[in-house]
Amino acid sequence: MKMNGAQMVCEALIAEGVKTVFGYPGGAIMNVYDEIYKQDGFEHILNRHEQASVHAADGYARATGEVGVAMVTSGPGFTNAVTGLATAYMDSIPMVVISGQVPLSLIGTDGFQEIDAVGISRPCTKHNYLVRELSELPRILKEAFHIARTGRPGPVLVDIPKDITAEFGDFVYPDSVDIPSFKPTVKGNKRQIEKAIEAILKSKKPLLYIGGGVTLSDTSNLVRKIAEMGQIPAVETLMARGVMGAKNPLLQGMLGMHGNYASNMAMSETDLVISLGARFDDRVTGKLTEFAKYADIIHVDIDPANIGKLVDVDYPIVGDLANVLEKFIEGLEGKIKPERYADWREVLERYDNLHPQSYVDSDDVIKPQWVIERIGKLVGEQAIITSDVGQHQMWAAQHYPFDRPRQWINSGGLGTMGFGLPAALGAKKAFPEKTVINITGDGSILMNVQELVTASEYKIPVINIILNNHFLGMVRQWQTFFYEERYSETDLSFQPNYKALAEACHGIGYDVTTKAEFDAAIKDAIEKDKVAFINVQVARFENVLPMVPAAGALYNMMLPKKEDNTKGEK
Amino acid sequence: MENVRRVISVLVENESSVLSRISGLFAGRGYNIETLTVAPIPNSNLSHITIVTKGSARVLEQITKQLHKLVPVYKVIEHDEMVEKEMVLVKFPIEESLADIEALCAAYNGGIVNVGVNICIGMVADEPCRVRHFLEATQRYNPIEIVRGGVVAIER
Repeated sequence: MKMNGAQMVCEALIAEGVKTVFGYPGGAIMNVYDEIYKQDGFEHILNRHEQASVHAADGYARATGEVGVAMVTSGPGFTNAVTGLATAYMDSIPMVVISGQVPLSLIGTDGFQEIDAVGISRPCTKHNYLVRELSELPRILKEAFHIARTGRPGPVLVDIPKDITAEFGDFVYPDSVDIPSFKPTVKGNKRQIEKAIEAILKSKKPLLYIGGGVTLSDTSNLVRKIAEMGQIPAVETLMARGVMGAKNPLLQGMLGMHGNYASNMAMSETDLVISLGARFDDRVTGKLTEFAKYADIIHVDIDPANIGKLVDVDYPIVGDLANVLEKFIEGLEGKIKPERYADWREVLERYDNLHPQSYVDSDDVIKPQWVIERIGKLVGEQAIITSDVGQHQMWAAQHYPFDRPRQWINSGGLGTMGFGLPAALGAKKAFPEKTVINITGDGSILMNVQELVTASEYKIPVINIILNNHFLGMVRQWQTFFYEERYSETDLSFQPNYKALAEACHGIGYDVTTKAEFDAAIKDAIEKDKVAFINVQVARFENVLPMVPAAGALYNMMLPKKEDNTKGEK
Repeated sequence: MENVRRVISVLVENESSVLSRISGLFAGRGYNIETLTVAPIPNSNLSHITIVTKGSARVLEQITKQLHKLVPVYKVIEHDEMVEKEMVLVKFPIEESLADIEALCAAYNGGIVNVGVNICIGMVADEPCRVRHFLEATQRYNPIEIVRGGVVAIER
């Protein structure tokens, strides 16, 4: 069929089953937007900033597991999208971003809104393309979706010069992809799997170390099964919250810099780490030489480069978790004896009783942790929770009762402030029937706050709960601990009127200073079909604890004091 | 960990951005490049890139794995049993003894490839350590300019 390049883009998106595209038009991508106007195969959401478009596509992808799609123009449109690409890249999120580019004849001439998109995005995409001929376009689009979702997922950029979207040619969308140089290993090595199973059976203190890969590969049921078969304790990374389910007694909690005592002690004392889709990030391991010092390590990962990158691995297994975990289950069936690890479970239970995940509640001031727990009690399992980056993110990860993977959406690897609201839009777009709550801070929310308008226009009623401590809280916390309380540029006392800001963008706002007001606000916000700000004044100097100081050993945690740590200030 | 020299061949799809993907990977992740050569492989749409690098065992392993992850990379060969050659061109002032320079080049499998009014050019292609020795030996003939070609290698 003859059509122009712009139409080919739309046809390809429809063929890939894309239902929602997040984007922002501009000169170099106008041909595609002209075709978007004419088609009804997918919906386009006009964000108010390209970064938000990419985060929204990212949130959509994290909530559904499908490839998220964003569209931007050349030059500043593309550079605004870079943070979004990097965010998705660090967390291995499947995404295709289509950017306009100046016409081929202008490339290299410093044309208006020209920037080397492929050059800039190379280190923050899984792969990228500059389309040089119309005849390549269908194949490139097909490959982009394939690469984004195959193996370790990641974002792919397709940069399309304007003359190519205008040119007419034959369109046949390929049924399959053939990239001889891109064949990720899916099946785990049989011999290594057997050895790993032997190691599990021989160990006395095994520990499942669960990473975001389990979320991405939708294999939480298999992980839960293995844990159950052997009654093996488990710890989750930030990206894996929800995999085991908060009620699961085998789950010790989250490990790492803000992990709970039992989780970090479990990692410090285990004799066998069973790492599933985790990558030994520095925020997880702390001081590497002290990390899991007494353990052999089984490392299962789809990306061979993750294995042996930071720690020496005794049982490396490259493969898809679905494949490898099924082999594990087969091999362990009938052989694994939960009694064998009973002492180990007891040790960890003692640790948890010694220092449970806790905080000191207050009657005078709202504690941020209380807010998280309260949200958990009120909407719990059914809500999708997104977050920005900082203290509120850690409190959410620590205290929310996540029950399933893909329920918790946050920027872990890159730590992108301003991620939460647009990601919430993406998640809500995918699951309109679910309550979607963005837990945010008074620092983060102002990055991408323009998305209130998008949410109102498209009736995507997400609820933003601002844990407002009038500080750039996490940086303030570090200043308290490590910079002798010199609060350099972290005081955010000068604030917008958040309630009025929400209302100005056709949403609804609530100012909350008491627990009763909070309950009333969240109930009202869920009932109203509007984007909402719930601005909660919380204890100013509350710290996220436990905390392992950067590059410290996991077992050396600063623990919450039994008494209040807020200095009595509101 | 001790730094080890390693010669790596990378077979890549012959496309415009592939060299920047590879050099960018090295720069972005802080890996060393001592030499890098690239040329198309005849009768194919592939190019052969030869990289000489240095690093600890862990870094060298990462280099190989990260190279593999690049979509246009077909094959990564960490050379072990190889024939390794490097070419070098040296420009000498004509005042020096042509016969001496000729003999020196010949000792390193090369010769004089050009003689002009004021200069002559010697060429040598040999193993990298022998090229280094050759360059040391040329010092007494006051070389004006030295151009090294980078290493190419082929597995035995």
